[in-house]
Amino acid sequence: MSTFTFLIIGKNDNPLYEIEFPITVQKKETYVHQYIAHGSLDIVEEHVWKSNNMYLKIIDKFNKIQISSFVTAGHIKFMLLHEKKDEDAIKNFFVEVHDLYLKILLNPFYEYNKPITSTAFDAKVRKIGTRYF
Amino acid sequence: MSKAPANIVDRPLSKGKNEINISSFAFLFSEMIQYCQDRIKAGHELEKKLSDMGYSIGPRLLELLCVREKNSKRETKLLGILSFIHTTVWKSLFGKPADSLEKSTEADDEYMISDNNMVVNKFISLPKHLSSLNCAAFVAGIIEGILCSAEFPARVTAHNVAVEGKRFPKTVILIKFNPEVIERNA
Repeated sequence: MSTFTFLIIGKNDNPLYEIEFPITVQKKETYVHQYIAHGSLDIVEEHVWKSNNMYLKIIDKFNKIQISSFVTAGHIKFMLLHEKKDEDAIKNFFVEVHDLYLKILLNPFYEYNKPITSTAFDAKVRKIGTRYF
Repeated sequence: MSKAPANIVDRPLSKGKNEINISSFAFLFSEMIQYCQDRIKAGHELEKKLSDMGYSIGPRLLELLCVREKNSKRETKLLGILSFIHTTVWKSLFGKPADSLEKSTEADDEYMISDNNMVVNKFISLPKHLSSLNCAAFVAGIIEGILCSAEFPARVTAHNVAVEGKRFPKTVILIKFNPEVIERNA
């Protein structure tokens, strides 16, 4: 059963949201995944100026884990760590989470570039995640 | 019969294209200006306060318009984002594209977007001692928010420029980009 880690990184490389599928992963692995995702942020920065697509496909590898990225218009980075390579499912996952992120952004009480604490958002991301992975 | 979903994440993203009454907007805007007037200690801070209010709208507008109008493509070039602001943003905010987009002849990093008749200033008349104030500082704040969140940091200000033959000045939004943007774009 492969695990997926999904993070949303803000403008100052600050994490806005994190989630792991399945939810039974140990603490130690969570730290490694965070470390890997932050390490590949430099590569995301390079790729961001080369194309004007939001979906950046696989940008980095770490042992067996591959990292895909999706950068929004406001340069908020969605990072997904995965082992299998399933570009279509990953792209659809990113597009759906981007839609959810937009709805959270439109809330005037949500401060831009701050962590997302909405439980409804969390529940929805879990649902989308279990559907695609 | 089904109830509309209670939570915002369950509802579909609205299609936009909503027009609101200019009187409602003017009423809200006048309250915003009065709110700022009460909280400043010096005269020039009013423009800054309005600009800060606009600054929080910028990123939201950018993300929303990119998904609705541009089919999820980001802007990577300077001219690209400027023409995005000049047409798409102005159309969605005011119903028509801005009047002109110019590059300044004196400085390499300055651009100007001008509008002969800003909707936000429609019902505002300036007293003599405040004649250099332009409440389009609010719109300048929105643009600054858009540019900064799209990684083109800039200082954006609104100015009154007299037009020959017309009684009222036109508004020019001056955008001064940070040096790293010009370097990256070169």
